[in-house]
This record gives sequence, C-alpha cells and structure tokens, in this order.
Amino acid sequence: MLGFPLLSSAVFLPILGILILFFIPKNKTALIRVTSGIITFLTLIVSLVIFTHFNSNDPGLQLQERLSWIPQVNINYHLGVDGLSYSMVFLTALLCFLACIASNSIKERIKEYYIFFLLLETGMMGTFLALDLFLFYVFWEITLVPMYFLIGIWGGPRKEYAAIKFFLYTLAGSVFMLLGILALYFTSTPHTFNILELTQQSKFFAQAFQNIVFLALFFGFAVKVPVFPFHTWLPDAHVEAPTPISVLLAGVLLKMGAYGFFRISYPILPQAANYFGFAIAVLAVINIVYGAFVAMAQTDFKKMVAYSSVSHMGFVMLGLAALSPVGFSGAAMQMFNHGIITGAMFLLVGVLYDRSHTREMGAFGGLRVNLPVFSAVLIFFSMASLGLPGLSGFIGEFLSLLGGFKAFKLLTAISVLGIVITAGYILVMIQKVLLGPMNDKWKGLSEISFRELVTVVPLLVIVLVLGVYPKLALDIINPALNLILNNMGVVLP
Amino acid sequence: MVNYAYLIPLFPLLAFAVNIFWGRRLKAKSAPVAILAMLGSLVISCLILKEVITGKTLEQSVEWFKVGRYSFEAGFLVDPLSAMMLCVVTLVGLLVEVYSIGYMRGDKRYHLFFAYVSLFIFSMLGLVLSNNLIQTYVFWELVGVCSYLLISFWFEKKSAADAGKKAFITNRIGDAGFFLGLSTLFYYLGTANFTQISQRLMHHPEGLSQGILALAAVLIFCGAVGKSAQFPLHVWLPDAMEGPTPVSALIHAATMVAAGVYLVARSYAVFAAGHLSLEVVSYIGIITSFMAGSIALVQTDIKRILAYSTVSQLGYMMIALGVGGYSAGVFHLMTHAFFKALLFLCAGSVIHACGVQDIRQMGGLFGKMKVTATTCLIGCLAISGVPPLSGFWSKDEILLSVYNSGNRVLYGLTLIVAFMTAFYMFRLLFLTFFGKPREKLHIHKPAPTMDWPLIILAVFSIFSGFVGSPLMGHAFSRFIYFHPEHTEPNYMVMISSVIVGLAGISLAWVFYILSPALPAALAKNFQPVYNLLLNKYWIDEIYDRFIIQPFLRLTKFAFSFDRYLIDGAVNLTGTSCVAVSRVKGWIDKYIVDGLVNLIALVVGALGEVFRRLQTGLIQNYILLIFTGVVVIVFLLRFI
Repeated sequence: MLGFPLLSSAVFLPILGILILFFIPKNKTALIRVTSGIITFLTLIVSLVIFTHFNSNDPGLQLQERLSWIPQVNINYHLGVDGLSYSMVFLTALLCFLACIASNSIKERIKEYYIFFLLLETGMMGTFLALDLFLFYVFWEITLVPMYFLIGIWGGPRKEYAAIKFFLYTLAGSVFMLLGILALYFTSTPHTFNILELTQQSKFFAQAFQNIVFLALFFGFAVKVPVFPFHTWLPDAHVEAPTPISVLLAGVLLKMGAYGFFRISYPILPQAANYFGFAIAVLAVINIVYGAFVAMAQTDFKKMVAYSSVSHMGFVMLGLAALSPVGFSGAAMQMFNHGIITGAMFLLVGVLYDRSHTREMGAFGGLRVNLPVFSAVLIFFSMASLGLPGLSGFIGEFLSLLGGFKAFKLLTAISVLGIVITAGYILVMIQKVLLGPMNDKWKGLSEISFRELVTVVPLLVIVLVLGVYPKLALDIINPALNLILNNMGVVLP
Repeated sequence: MVNYAYLIPLFPLLAFAVNIFWGRRLKAKSAPVAILAMLGSLVISCLILKEVITGKTLEQSVEWFKVGRYSFEAGFLVDPLSAMMLCVVTLVGLLVEVYSIGYMRGDKRYHLFFAYVSLFIFSMLGLVLSNNLIQTYVFWELVGVCSYLLISFWFEKKSAADAGKKAFITNRIGDAGFFLGLSTLFYYLGTANFTQISQRLMHHPEGLSQGILALAAVLIFCGAVGKSAQFPLHVWLPDAMEGPTPVSALIHAATMVAAGVYLVARSYAVFAAGHLSLEVVSYIGIITSFMAGSIALVQTDIKRILAYSTVSQLGYMMIALGVGGYSAGVFHLMTHAFFKALLFLCAGSVIHACGVQDIRQMGGLFGKMKVTATTCLIGCLAISGVPPLSGFWSKDEILLSVYNSGNRVLYGLTLIVAFMTAFYMFRLLFLTFFGKPREKLHIHKPAPTMDWPLIILAVFSIFSGFVGSPLMGHAFSRFIYFHPEHTEPNYMVMISSVIVGLAGISLAWVFYILSPALPAALAKNFQPVYNLLLNKYWIDEIYDRFIIQPFLRLTKFAFSFDRYLIDGAVNLTGTSCVAVSRVKGWIDKYIVDGLVNLIALVVGALGEVFRRLQTGLIQNYILLIFTGVVVIVFLLRFI
C-alpha cells in the first residue's frame, strides 16, 4: 500500500461522521445536519481528489489498497478504482451530498436518520471499490440494513411493507449471489476471492460451471437492477421512501446490480455471458417496453418515475448483452446518466410533494403559470429523461441501442418502441402537472426555494455538459470497458 | 467565409441563451436580441452562398466522441444544397421574427417566445449544416422539441397543450424509424458521413445489397414522414395551428416540415441506390398530396386550410424526389418556403386584425388591409402556379419530372392536385378579402413591422422562381445538381399546368364571387363526400379508436398484470412462507414440543407411581427388602 489511502478514506469518512454524530446530543438538530452535510461534502471532495490521482489512459485498476484480513481463508481488504467504478464513486459521492441537503425535509428522529444515511454511503462506496468478492459481499449487505430502516422509519403510509419487501427480496437474491461467490472460491486454484485473479482464471472454468454460477450471481444482481420479473419491490420502495432516499435508491443502489455484471459476472464468466446474451437481451427489451407501458398507466408521479427507472435500466442491460464496445459504453453511460437524471426527477417530485402533500398527477395542472422556475427545471429533466439529444440521457440510450442493434436486430427494433412510449408518458406527465388551465387550489404554492435549487442545479449542469460533450465521461470509462471486453476475448481493433 | 459557417447556428443559440436567462429583465428588448442574431446569420449565409455559387464547398469536422473503432463526428458540410437552405431558413426566420414584434406584443411570455424561436432556428440550421446522419438525428430531435414548446406556447389552453404533445409523439414514431434506418446504414457502410456514404454508393456499389439499402432508405424516410407530415403521420400538422401564427409560418415554411424533405434530399444517394425506396417515397407523396388537398377544399379555418395546403405541397415535393426529380423537389422546397411563409403571415395579420379564424365570418377585408390583401393575392397566385411567379416554375419542374417518369396515372393525379390547390387558395382569398363583410368585425390595422415582412416575402414569391426557370437556363438545378436530369422545357406540360391552375381559380371565382349559393347546394348533393372531407377522412378518429385507446387499455392491463400477477407472485411467495412457517410452528408446538412434553409427562407419571414407595416407614422398607431377598433367592435357585 503506497501513500495515503484515498479510496479507504472515501469509504470510511462517513463512518467517521457516524462516530462524531454519536457525541452530538440528539436535540441539536442543526449541528447534526451541518456535520452530516460537511461529511458528505468532504467525501465528494475526496472523490474529486481521487480523480486528480487517477490516470484515464490506464485501463486497469488503480490506487489499489490491499491488506490481509482473514489470511486463513485468503480474504483480503482490497480496494481499487478504474474508469467504470470511478464514474460510480463520483455519482455516489455527489448524490449523497445533494440528498443530504435535501434531507432537510426530514423532521423526526434526526440523529438516527443521519447515522443510517452515512452508513448507507459507506456501503455503496465500498461496493463500487471492493476488489475482493467477500469484501464486496459485506459492503453489498451493509447497504441493506440502513436502507431497511430509512424506508421503514421515515417512509410513507405503507413503509413497513415496503421496507420488509425490499429487505427480504434483496436478501433472497444475495443468498444466491453468496453461493455463486463460494462456488468461485472453491473452484479457483489457489482458492481466492480476488476478482482480478478470478478474471485471470476465467478461461479454466468449464462452460457448465460458468452457466450455473452466472445464474446464481444473476439472481442477486437482477433483483437490484431490477430486471423483469424481479422488479416489483422497486415501485413500493420508491413510493414509500422519503425523497432523499428515493434519490439514492434509484440513483445509486440500482447501479450496484448493473455494476456487479460489469465487474464480476462478465469478466469472470465470459462464456456464460456469451451463452446467456440473447436471454439477457430479451429481458432487457421486456424491461424497456414493459416498463414504459406500466409507467404510462400510472397516476402517481413518484410511481411513474419508479417504473420509468425499470424502463431506463433496460437500456443498461441491452448494452451489456450486446457485448461490444458501443453497447458497453452505452450501458455504462446510461448507468451514470440515469443516476443523475432520475435523482433529479425524484428531488423535483419531492419539492412538489413537500408543498402539496399529494403525488397524484391529476390533482395538479397549470403549475407553470405560478412556478416558472420549477417548471423549467422539471421540463429540462423530463426532456433529459426521454432522451433528448444534447442532454446526457440521449448518449446512453443511443449507444445502447446502436450496440444492441448490431447484435440483436429485431429485439432492438422492438425496444425502440420504448423511446416512443417514454415520450408519451413524460409528455402526459408534463401536461397533467404543468400545463393547461391553472388549478386554483394550488394558487398559493410557493416557487422552488434556493436550497432546493442548489440540489438540482449541479445535476442540471452535468446533464447539459455530458449531453453536449460526452467525450468527457466516455474517455474515462471506455478504457476500463475495453479492458473488460479484451479479457473476455471479444476482439477489439 | 465558408470557414465561418459554424457561426450561422451559433448566433441564434446565443440569442436563445441570452433570452432564456435574462429575458425577463430584457422585456421588449428580447426581440432585438433575437433579430440581431438572425441578421448576423443571414448575412453570413448570403456571403457563403455567394462563394458556393463560385464553386467552393467545404466540409469540416471534429471528433465528438469515440467508441471502439467508431468515431462519431461533429461537423458541417457547406455545399449548394445546404448553402441554399441556410439562406432560406435565415431569411424566413428573420422576417418571421420581425413580424412577431407586432404580433406577440403584450404577451406575458414575450421573451420566451423569442428564446424558443431562436432555439428552433438554431436547431434547424444545425440540421441543415450537419455533415453526418447522427448529427442530423440530434438536431432533428431538437427541432421536434422546439416545435413542441412553440405549439403549446399558450399552454393554458388545453387544445394547445394537446397539440404540442401530439406533434412530439407523432414525430417520435417517425424518429424511431429514422434511428433504425441510420443504425442499419451505419453498420452496413461503416460510416454515417454523407459524403462518404455518397462516394461509397456511387463509386463502389459492388457487393452492396439493394434490399438492405432500400430498407435503410425507407426507414430513414419514416423520419421524414413524421417531420414533413406525410400520410400516415400527417395528423399533427393541422393541430399545430394552436401555436402562435408566426410559429406556424416558421414550421410550415422554413424549419420543421422542410426538414423531412431536406433529409430525403441529403441522403438521396441511399434512396437512389435502393431503388425500391423511391417508389415508396412517390406513392406516399401522392397519397398525402391528394388527400390533404381534398381536405383543404372544405375547411373553413383560415390556418387549417393553409396547414392542409402545406401537407399537400410537401407531398408534391416527395413525389418529385420519388420520381427522380431531385432538383425539382428541392426547388419547390425553396419557392414554397417563401410563398407559404407569406400566406401564413397574411393569415396572421388577418387574425390579428379581426380576431376570428373562420373565413365564413370574414369578407370584404380588401379595403381595410390593402397591403395584406395584395401580398396575399401574390402568395395565392404563386402557389397556384400562375406564370411567371415562383410557384409556376417549381411546379412545372415537378410536373415535368413526373411526366418524364412515364407514369401517366401519377401525372394525372398531380395535375388534379394542382387544380385543387388553385381552387382552395382562391376560395380562401375570395372569402376573406372580397365580397361583402359577412359579419361586423372590429378591424385594427396591423403595425408596419408586420407589413414589411409581407412585402419582402411577396417580392421573393414573385421572383425567386426565375433562378430555376428555363429563362435562366435552369441555373438552380445546375447549381443543386445531383445527377443529370432531363431539363428540356416541355410546352405541353407547361401549358397543362397553367390551364389547371387557371381553371381552379375560375371555379373558385364562380363559386364564391359569382354565385355564392352554389357551394352549399353542391355540398348538399354530395353529402357523403363532403362529410368525408370535412372530417378529414376520419383519420384522427380512426387512430383514436384503433390505436390510442387500445394502447391505453394495454398499458392499464400491463399495470394490472404487474400488480396482480407478478407482484402477486412475490406476495404469494411471502405469504406462503408465512403460512409454511405457521404450519411449522404448529408442528413445532404440538408435535415436536408435544413429544418432549409427552416424555416429561410419562416420566412425571412414573415418578408419581414410584413416589408412593417412598413412605418413610422403616417397616415397609424392611418388608420390601425381605420380599426382594426372597424373590432373588427364589430366582437364583430355579434359574
């Protein structure tokens, strides 16, 4: 281990924050909020410092930190970052900071809330940085616990149901994942949990073995993404979760599943990835089209955004299934952009809900007259969500589809239907909420506040910048993706 | 100068940025900002056109981003086609903006209007300059979203909000096809660059499959069908009249609908290589043209008549492109831009002046608004193909290329459409400006800023046709040039085109000036036909009944499926787990634990029995011991 452990500090700064919070009396709410805000901000700064030490041209895993943890079974504390995981680390740090600001709407049991919040950040960071499967699993499970409480305590009317459903569903998935991890451990020689070593050994794994392990891991990851038909926990969890938690759930947690495919399933089990390519593409198309269909039928704003996530994450799966540089780039971009855009959408839904205490889209109407700034921002992110070129959402979708088209002509042709329906439900939403004659009931609704604006403007800038100049992100992510594809034996020029 | 082509879209983009961020403070000054930017673009466009005419072309690009071995570029292509289009777009855009100063005065979102219009024109200019299909697609979508914002500009009206939504979604359907087309082409030829595509197709056509190229072309054409409002995706355009009238002028003349025709022209090499696709283009063109023209015959809303007229004229251009009349189609695109913008702005002045849109309520306006009426007359003459106005020359080119294609049925139909065009345009003119006022309308005169654009457009409507006429040796088609076309003037075609135009005008004169009772009688006698046309062939109703409603029902079904079947399965798993655990709990309690308790019970019972032996009396114990000894001795003895 060389120099300052940057990656570890990104992972454990929030834990430090928790320790500090322990010493703050729970009635000093302002201090608690500020401390948490500073901690998440510092984590964001650390993530930026990581970038200054990061070499975009190096496709491998950098800034590795490695300590022996349980030497008897060869378990190591092993972190590392490449372009792909960096995009996720930055996303996590940024969204955590913004969600922390947005957490001002939380009014009860504040100290506990922030403790769980920070624990969640540690879990997410660790998941994206871990290079040891055991460590990965530990971080993966760590995210479950705070999420369970965050939904279960601070959630909406059906919070217990949603929290338990989320917890059990993901846990059921992770059990299979654990089996898969153990199978990999016992099959490798020497026995190892090291992702990099397992990748090296991938060619020695028999096809049948790969298939079985792939399925086991698939179940764990698919629940998280979520892939049809394992998606029904998502709308419940989203609708019940408080706004900042929805942001993290959609923005970051879903990406953990997709990241698992990129980091573990695909590199370690390349033949299985190839074998199941078509099946994954089919599920991806179902995600895209079916998700859009169901989103169209929603009357609850938040639920609509939740189902739109199902549809949008389908593009990630489609790009993955394409197994090509174009598809992979699309999938990785879509992961990042979906985090940004959907995060912002949930923040905006929250702004509306905090004022009106309803999420029924039909209850609104004509808000654009009174709330021009809020409306402009909402329209902006809606356009990003429906994949308008010039905004970042387009790049991911476009490349995923383009990559998908090469591998699966017909399936991609069907999934293009998804972008038409997406335009449909997004525009219907805009019309119901913002356009038409103004509903007198909401005459007194106040404009988006400065603090709320602060939470969305950074996202707005990213959406615009990456939409116009996607090279910025692609040049960081692509080398890592190409290396993965290379290791998988996909021929690259 | 050509090197500065990137400035042309940049100016309106800056105007957009200024107006969106500072528009509220600028108030009325937001218009000059937009206009000044537009003027800058126009000047550069004209200078570039001048250079292009002398034979200069330029293509420049930078890498937008790179994935694997594919490099996606951002660049511009200045050639005769784009140079011509740039001038048309910036000129019409500028005039529309000047006109809007008066038209939009007093609107509470004045600055937003100019911001959106600037963005709209920026998108169109980006599309025109684009040197590859992917960039075209990007700007293509941007044009779509701008039209959405402008059509639903007065969003408080439900109809306006609906119309904007309809336009966007209808276009997206076409765009989906466009995307698949460009993907096909991208992988098949390994490039999306127009120049490279053309070169590959023209110089190395060996080994390429006609079928795939035709498929790609037809898919790309889907996009054009959406944007240029061709059948069956034409339904959004008439509804788009909900937007402010200057926007209609912009959409119908220079920006939105022109994009479709432009796309076909731009990727013409693909269409030419996949021959079958050109037939599709011409058939869609004639269906659209005929249908829309016939609907326009009976409409009474001044803007809707013009809207259907646009649909019909765009169909005309498609026919031309479909039969190989490349320069004829592009030529008509240009002339049509001038006279259709003129006609729309005239309609805007009329609406602005009298506050109604139904031509049955108007009449006799000529004396009250002379400039509007005169320029409108010029526009009508131009679109009806009366020589020597611009429409005559471009229509003649189209008719000529249809005639030369040898398809007599098609030729006949295009003549009928020309006849209908003349008729409904003069119907509009006569009912609006001539005869006696049918209703008392309070007229207020349009501002001079609204008159001047009309006059300028009228001048272009008269003279812009000469550049493509045989009088100037078909300068236009030699300039635009795709591949050698037949350019011999054919007097038979020319005369027939003039005859049908004049016949249409005369019939309109008979119907609406000479004996105004005739049309009503005719409508009565041909009730079914009249109803069919009045209801626009019931296409909107058919779509609603057979596509939109079933689709919405399907989404509801999908949601129920999700909630009851999939989530039901999840919940069932959950509840069955609970049920199983209950059963297990019962087993545990009553069987497993019961066994344990049973053992305890038995032991307890036995204890109870043996307890009785513990009496504490020595005699009993001695007796028991004695009995025991006797039994043991007895047993030992006998065993």
